[in-house]
Amino acid sequence: MVNFIIRRILWFIPTILAVAMVTFIVMNLTPGSPFQPEGANNLRQDVIEQIERHYGLDKPLPVRFVIYLGKAVRGDFGESYARRSQRVNDILRRTVPVSLHLGAMALAAATIGGLALGILAAVNQNGPLDYISASFAILFYSVPSFVLGIMLLIFFAIWMPEWTGWRFFRVGGWESPRDWLLPTIALGAGPFAQLARYTRSSMIDVIRSDYVRTARAKGLAEQKVIVKHVLRNALIPVITLIGPLFAALGTGSFFVEKVFRVPGVGQFFVTSMSTKDHPMIMAVVLLYGTFLAVMNLVVDIAYGIIDPRIRLSGGGE
Amino acid sequence: MATPQDRQVSQAELLAEAAEVIPLRQASLWGDAWRRLLKNKLAVFGLATVILLCSIALFAPLIAPYGEAEVVHFQLALETPSWYFPMGIDQNGRDMFSRMVYGARVSLLVGVVAQIIVLGIGVPVGAIAGFYSGRVDNALMRVVDVFYAIPQLLLVLLLVNMLGPGMKNIFIAIGVTGWVTMARLVRGVMLANREQEYIKASRVAGGGSGYIIIRHMLPNSLTPIVVALTFGIPQAIFIEASLSFVGVGIRPPQPSWGQMVGTGQQYIQSVQHMMIFPCLAIALTMLAFTFLGDGLRDALDVKMNE
Repeated sequence: MVNFIIRRILWFIPTILAVAMVTFIVMNLTPGSPFQPEGANNLRQDVIEQIERHYGLDKPLPVRFVIYLGKAVRGDFGESYARRSQRVNDILRRTVPVSLHLGAMALAAATIGGLALGILAAVNQNGPLDYISASFAILFYSVPSFVLGIMLLIFFAIWMPEWTGWRFFRVGGWESPRDWLLPTIALGAGPFAQLARYTRSSMIDVIRSDYVRTARAKGLAEQKVIVKHVLRNALIPVITLIGPLFAALGTGSFFVEKVFRVPGVGQFFVTSMSTKDHPMIMAVVLLYGTFLAVMNLVVDIAYGIIDPRIRLSGGGE
Repeated sequence: MATPQDRQVSQAELLAEAAEVIPLRQASLWGDAWRRLLKNKLAVFGLATVILLCSIALFAPLIAPYGEAEVVHFQLALETPSWYFPMGIDQNGRDMFSRMVYGARVSLLVGVVAQIIVLGIGVPVGAIAGFYSGRVDNALMRVVDVFYAIPQLLLVLLLVNMLGPGMKNIFIAIGVTGWVTMARLVRGVMLANREQEYIKASRVAGGGSGYIIIRHMLPNSLTPIVVALTFGIPQAIFIEASLSFVGVGIRPPQPSWGQMVGTGQQYIQSVQHMMIFPCLAIALTMLAFTFLGDGLRDALDVKMNE
């Protein structure tokens, strides 16, 4: 077990390095430095050189990469190009908690709702509840989060007040808990559907297995069979879904935050794309990459502890 | 009353009839799958919608009353739907219906072309890695690991940021980031098939590696590839819509559904038709492809390793 964990942790480092390198290379191949093309602005050559020195752009790429990494490891992501005089760290400190808050609420809602719906659907297999849940799941699963967000916004924040005069929901913002509701639904819907679908099929696989038949044959109450025998085994594979789920929440938040004007890191990230704010882009990608890698690591280790077959076969491939 | 002789005759007739009928119903993989697909109502709905969308995309100039970026009349800007303009007018005085029709063209084109790139890179790489395994396979799987560490949408955002907006760059970005999934899939199927007896038989009969891959292994990997493609197209459409929504996708004035939603949001307080129709179109397209993909997967009996 210790071997397995060490192997997974060692693998984590090259992954993050590769993510950082890919991002760094992709970003720096981008045409669109303020000094390109030659003579694009009327600054004197020595002024340009001074600015480049200030931002450390005068050194060759590999050196810049190493310097950047060295600083990033110590938690310094540099200065934002687009919002001058603001350090990336300050922006992150302001925006990341908002995104984490939204993400956590969406995750909690998705997990509770998805597991409950998946279990109910599996227990009532092919019943009306199963069909209703399947329809909802497939709808939320296939419709992009920003489309769902816009639809929610139009319906609850524009049409409802017009029709009923009930002005509960507002068009975006993040001031009071009532502003949290719609973004949470929009962001959580996809993971919710994925979880419900996966839980249902995992439950049904287990319900058909021999030991469940045995449990039923020996006269165990249906509720006990489901809770003690089926649930325990069916929920193990669901853990593997957590990795992709976090990825979905992370990328979904870019768009949901834009729809609802949530002052989170996703919205900042999307703007820094168009302003070519390299330090900001780099920091957000690294943050997401590390976060995802850590989550995958935790999931793999948890899975290795719960299901011994995994660590014996030598890793989650 | 039928004499025993009669019965014999009738049995012979029956046999003859059966002999005529049986060869007609050839049990080919695709024929069976097609029949199973047609029994699935949702899949048929998905297929019909996809065909409808394709025809709209193909015949866009015949269906749309105005050009894709033609200003009908600036005075009419933000006009809500009416008899003459069933989906209303946008902020620049352009007919929303026409733009929606041309938007279907953009969405499907992105979906299909991106998947062709995915196929073009993913299948050969996956086939080679799966067939030769060993060092090639190891190298590929490490690349796959790195790609899997970054969500595809994030990578596409980065690439499009580098290449600049526009349809061609979106093709490239989605293709370049999407091939990993396909390569992994093909590799898995190849690995599973490699040890099968018919491959050994072909080897013994003197078949070279290239011949075996192309003649035996690829045809046997076809069903998972087809299913993966059916799920890949809406994924590409989804990515394009998301990029265009935040303004780094299809470059205006070329219309795209996602971009129309993004523009429409600036006017959300006064008019909503600019967002509702593209939103519905995106939702319907995604649903149709999901239904079709689910149906195909069941009909072809493919076990997807998600």
